[in-house]
Amino acid sequence: MNEPVIKVSGLTKIYPGGVLAVDHISFEVHEGEIFALLGPNGAGKSTTIGMLTTSLRPTEGEAIIAGYSINREPSRVRSVIGVVPQEFSADEDLTGWENIMLIGYLYGLPKDTVKKRAAELLQTVGLYNVKDKKVETYSGGMRRRLEIAIGLINRPRVLFLDEPTLGLDVQTRAAIWEYILKLKKDYNMTIFLTTHYLEEADAYGDRVAIIDRGKILVIGKPDELKRNVTWDTLFIEVSGSYDSAKQALSILPQVKEVSFVNGQIVIKVADGPSAIPLVVSAINSTGQEVKRLSLNRPSLDEVYMYYTGKSMREESMSKEEAFALRRTLRRARS
Amino acid sequence: MSEGRLSPFHGLWALTNRELKKWYKEPVILLLSLVQPILWIGIFGKAMNFASMFKSASIEIPGLTVPKQIIDEIGSLVLKQTFGTTDYFSFLAVGMLSFIVLFTSMSSGMTIVWDRRLGFLGKLLTTPVPRGSIIVSKVIASIIKSLVQATIILLIGVLLGLRFSFGLFAPMAFVITYLSLFLLSFGFSSLFLMLALRSTRWETQMAIMNLLNMPLLFSSNSFYPISSMPWWLKPIALVNPLTYANAISRWALLGITPQVSVILSMLYLVAFAAIFTTLGITLSWRYLSL
Repeated sequence: MNEPVIKVSGLTKIYPGGVLAVDHISFEVHEGEIFALLGPNGAGKSTTIGMLTTSLRPTEGEAIIAGYSINREPSRVRSVIGVVPQEFSADEDLTGWENIMLIGYLYGLPKDTVKKRAAELLQTVGLYNVKDKKVETYSGGMRRRLEIAIGLINRPRVLFLDEPTLGLDVQTRAAIWEYILKLKKDYNMTIFLTTHYLEEADAYGDRVAIIDRGKILVIGKPDELKRNVTWDTLFIEVSGSYDSAKQALSILPQVKEVSFVNGQIVIKVADGPSAIPLVVSAINSTGQEVKRLSLNRPSLDEVYMYYTGKSMREESMSKEEAFALRRTLRRARS
Repeated sequence: MSEGRLSPFHGLWALTNRELKKWYKEPVILLLSLVQPILWIGIFGKAMNFASMFKSASIEIPGLTVPKQIIDEIGSLVLKQTFGTTDYFSFLAVGMLSFIVLFTSMSSGMTIVWDRRLGFLGKLLTTPVPRGSIIVSKVIASIIKSLVQATIILLIGVLLGLRFSFGLFAPMAFVITYLSLFLLSFGFSSLFLMLALRSTRWETQMAIMNLLNMPLLFSSNSFYPISSMPWWLKPIALVNPLTYANAISRWALLGITPQVSVILSMLYLVAFAAIFTTLGITLSWRYLSL
């Protein structure tokens, strides 16, 4: 594989007052990847992204982004990354167009280039027809799309998305992801995102790092992570004798465990979808039919639970993050 | 992907332009900020008519009749000795130029508090724009706003009866007046931006503004000359940069001889601007480079 586009080693942040927010984390992100940093609120996600985007200075450790050190060449790093902050950052008193043009100039890009890119990006995120309206009139989804377009004005090699769908409703979240994926394809970038939505990390992350209390617990492809800690579960109803079906199933090498619960055979397998045909033919071979079969695949929450002993969904929000969320929601007005 | 070397001032104009756009796109706010000085000139300046105190008839004291002419003469003399001119309205109107500059420059600090609150500052810090440009653009925008507002006050003053009595060649008088206001705004904008740098609450900033606003105004020679102040206020007035801006403007526009020489006054303003700008930029570099 090529040289990683993000290489983090021993990155640590201790805030004044002694709060250890990020504790010696190390990982690599490769070109073209969507890398998701997943964790509950207060886990250290925003602090990590803050250090990688050079708005926070690490207490210790180093990160190299597209060949530049965040400690020694922060200005270089800034010019090759795009950042979509967690909170809306566009100037509400200006129009969408004025906002994106302004940030373009701050990257030192010539006027013609900025104009061309701004028009193109606003087209892509579907805001071109409202570009001359003040941002204060935009809905939450529109603002987020504007922020993403602004984050791409310098054609970054890495786009950092800090909770890109925080505070948005389900439909808007799906739409935002459509735009992100389209932009990623059009511009061939690497995406580093933080999220506390398990489903998003699972669905869109090529690789996921789970972070808790400032430490990275595990990194891997979502499917691998789940397979490593837990099994897929199949629930089967058959016509006829359960005993012979159970026997036929227990000799399959893929099957880890067979039990009988509430009139259903419950089996644990490593990879549910690929086990289904084998399971069906094993039952058929005993002369019985499968009446009903359902598959339950674990979510990343099970992975999180495996490593921390608690469910991420139940993790309470820190006061500060709750405040940030409220503010974002209030400003979203959608 | 953007490349390589960026000038240390790139983005400066784009940011300044943003501040100005937000200002002239909201004419209501612009007009509101002019209300106070207009009230001072229009009501206070017109009603506090010192000249009329002496423009009475002749005085009859048993055995002596003081003719009106002499009373008038004494009146002019007293006014001239106190204010340097017999025309208090013009004295006050020119004093209000520094007031509007102070007021406008003060509010520049608010813009950085809002930028921080609304996430815009955070976004700026992720771009390669030099940290100094963020502050300098605000100072420049504040100076431009101040001078435009001062011009409006000057025009309103003229409409209400401000009479020039230039102390030197008229165009030069304006150049010198604007130079002093420029320096005043430079210093105050940097000072208030510096105070606002780390503040996340606009309430704090408002409180600072309200706390300093009136004391700065009343401890200067904007309304009355230093010579008529109590002894303890004089030294404060002599540190207050408003005093020097007023003295220079009144010398240039009204021909009033200043207490401290014009050159020294100007040097004082240069030092005031230089010190606070240097401090402001240094601190912003430190705080914003986190």
